[in-house]
Amino acid sequence: MKLKLPLVIVFLLLLTLTGTSIASAQDPGPEPTPSEDEVNRIAKNLYCPVCENIPLDVCESAACAQWRDQIREKLVEGWTEEQIYDYFVVQYGERVLAEPPRRGLNWLIYIVPPIALLAGGVLLYRLLRKSTRSTPEENVASTGKVKPESTPQDDKYTSLLEEELKKRQ
Amino acid sequence: MVADVGYGALVITFLLCFYGIGAAIYGVKKKEQSWVESARHAMLLSLPLLTISALSIINLLVTDQFQVAYVASVTNRSMPTYLRVTALWGGQEGSLILWVWLLSAFASAVMLRDWKRDREFLPWVIIVCLVTLGFFLILIIFVENPFAKMWITETGERVTSIFQPGGSEPFIPVDGNGLNPLLRHPGMIYHPPMLYLGFVSFVIPFAFAIASLVTGRTDDRWIRITRRWTLWAWLFLAIGLILGARWAYDVLGWGGYWGWDAVEIAALMPWLAATPFLHSVMIQEKRGMFKHWNMFLIILTYDLMIFGTFLTRSGVLSSVHAFAQSAIGPLFFAFIVLTLGTSLWLLSRRWQDLKSETRITSLLSRESMFLINNWLFMGILVVSFWGVIFPLLTEALGIVGDTFPSLSHIFTGQKVTVGPIYYERATGPLLAGLLFLMGVAPLSAWRASTARTLGRAIWKPFAVSLVVLVIIIGGGIRHPGALLAFWLCAFVTVVTLYEFWRGMAARRRRSGENYGLALWRLAARNRRRYGGYIIHLGVVLMALGIIGIEIFQTETQGTIAIGKQMSLGEYSFTFDKLDEFDTRDGRNVARAEISVFKNGEFVETLAPRRDFYYESGQRMTIPGLRSTIEDDFYVLLVSWEPISAENATFKAFHNPLVNWLWFGAIIFILGTFVAAWPEREKQYMPIKTDQSIATAST
Repeated sequence: MKLKLPLVIVFLLLLTLTGTSIASAQDPGPEPTPSEDEVNRIAKNLYCPVCENIPLDVCESAACAQWRDQIREKLVEGWTEEQIYDYFVVQYGERVLAEPPRRGLNWLIYIVPPIALLAGGVLLYRLLRKSTRSTPEENVASTGKVKPESTPQDDKYTSLLEEELKKRQ
Repeated sequence: MVADVGYGALVITFLLCFYGIGAAIYGVKKKEQSWVESARHAMLLSLPLLTISALSIINLLVTDQFQVAYVASVTNRSMPTYLRVTALWGGQEGSLILWVWLLSAFASAVMLRDWKRDREFLPWVIIVCLVTLGFFLILIIFVENPFAKMWITETGERVTSIFQPGGSEPFIPVDGNGLNPLLRHPGMIYHPPMLYLGFVSFVIPFAFAIASLVTGRTDDRWIRITRRWTLWAWLFLAIGLILGARWAYDVLGWGGYWGWDAVEIAALMPWLAATPFLHSVMIQEKRGMFKHWNMFLIILTYDLMIFGTFLTRSGVLSSVHAFAQSAIGPLFFAFIVLTLGTSLWLLSRRWQDLKSETRITSLLSRESMFLINNWLFMGILVVSFWGVIFPLLTEALGIVGDTFPSLSHIFTGQKVTVGPIYYERATGPLLAGLLFLMGVAPLSAWRASTARTLGRAIWKPFAVSLVVLVIIIGGGIRHPGALLAFWLCAFVTVVTLYEFWRGMAARRRRSGENYGLALWRLAARNRRRYGGYIIHLGVVLMALGIIGIEIFQTETQGTIAIGKQMSLGEYSFTFDKLDEFDTRDGRNVARAEISVFKNGEFVETLAPRRDFYYESGQRMTIPGLRSTIEDDFYVLLVSWEPISAENATFKAFHNPLVNWLWFGAIIFILGTFVAAWPEREKQYMPIKTDQSIATAST
């Protein structure tokens, strides 16, 4: 950053000089408009096109600093958030988005996990149903009755616990 | 010379693997125990050999042998000795050596156990361990050799090779590149070995599972033998993950600890398969059910562990094209296909033998709760796996678009990013479901639980948790997700403490012990159960930290002049000064000082800084951190005006409750110690014949 900052400033100056007339609307006052938080809010949702899996708001490379400045530029020019995202996608491809856009092949990322979870759920439910439905009689037959002592109703529980503890000693 | 010794030891170990596998198979075929014994000795001999190999690298690292390419890539003359030693796992080749050494050490420890009751398992455990070891040795010897040296050929070309090419001269750099500064943090020094400890120790339960499948001794013996082992493996993996998270929080400078990065997920996935395994083996032990499923889970854990190593070691994450460039990717891929295929084939052969001995009799019983737990964990695993794989798929499928231009609009071959939003949205509800189960399941009984019995057990803790909820609402929190999450935490805590109380009170009434002694003896007698509860409490505390950061984190960034103030919520800080200086170890440090105020009152001076490493050109952002049990105030120095240092840009994060994550992690680790501490082997009462125990034990 140390050495790159002047470069960025020069870059910004060049942009303002050669850019569109709207760029001159940038106020050189002490409070930069838009604020850094506003820039970060958008940068957070964009990924550095050259690094690996790093959002623009935390990326420390000089290139990312320039991209953040681009976001600022666009905000100054009155672009909406969506327009800025679209601009980055056109420039650098879909990988700059924090999530794949919902179209085409990308739908797979959104539908496969729920389908798998649902399928697992159905399987589990059927297994449990099948299993529980066919057993109560056997159960009653083998043990006399289905014991309700699983309740923590104290004395029974206590004695069972103690019994067990004794056995383990 | 030292390099040749180390390399020679590797090659001999590799040959030894072949011998051991052959001897074990021959011993089984001919029913000759002496051959199996010989295979066991081969396994044991691998440890001293690999120790020689590892010590050789360490020797090269600490003595500036820069002709060795690995040494030059991870050390330099200015590094202190302890960092040179830990540079063993600072790079690809060295960390693979650590991997095989650990595997050899664990396998050797297993070899030394008393095999009297499990003779038939021995050859197969040896074979599985040696096959795994042999595979990693292939990677090391033929692809990622840490002993390879650099040479200059007659044509002036620089080559890296273990043997001196004809007519070449040794190439000895004046100094090495040095270890990546990010890896010099204590968290990164302990994190990889812990993770590897966890990874590698899962080979052992897998080996026993395979032995059980092959030999047809399909009772739960293999589970009983490896139960503690699996817990330790699981613990080490968890510690590795937690250390990694802490490292990210302290060093990476983005205000968080977990970014759902593919490398992180690679380490998380085996844990996501092992956790349901630890739960569902209990059903097999108690009720003789789900034997197929447990086999499947341990096979999955093993292959996810190999897969995790593959993801982080093959370069496939940066681009699928890197996969084809090095042999390491295809080798891993082949090994995963081979082990997964063989294991599942063995499982299918034993399908009939593994039929459940009993059935689930109630939807609300403990065993069905464990099944739902397994289902939710598998859900999180699918989400994670798919999120990691999908970008690779979209990139790889570009080949379809290239071959059939008419399909190129669908198969663009463009890589996509799957960021944290995807994972958070998908795993949030599943994690909430798991928390809920942690509250309900301890109160449900094995085998028979009805809505009425469960309701009777649950209403008291439930009511108390609602009171806590009302208090939280009274405290001003309105976010629905946060309220649900906090309520779940309260519910689990109350249930867990209630369980302790019930057990303790019961003991006390019987024996007249005081509360402390009753609690101590209770936990000592049934360590897995109460250790498990302590782990649950740790998880709840960790959940508080996660909720804090996920829902309540706020941040701001701004550029201020010296003496000026910036604020974020209750906090504000003034920029006091900024110094820039060079250090002896080759860094340029920019260190800001800020005074932090909370509600207008001065609380602390912080010094966020930025280190610039001249030789590697790398930067490191160290936050200024004020940490309390209530919240963390985390300030980063983003940039500053050079020379005058009058203006600087800061980024501040307010991370409520995040400290509970680390605190909870400690409880979690303690709980695992309680559950996993060795005790003498004993025969548990089979539950099937005595239902009374079922209702009183886990």
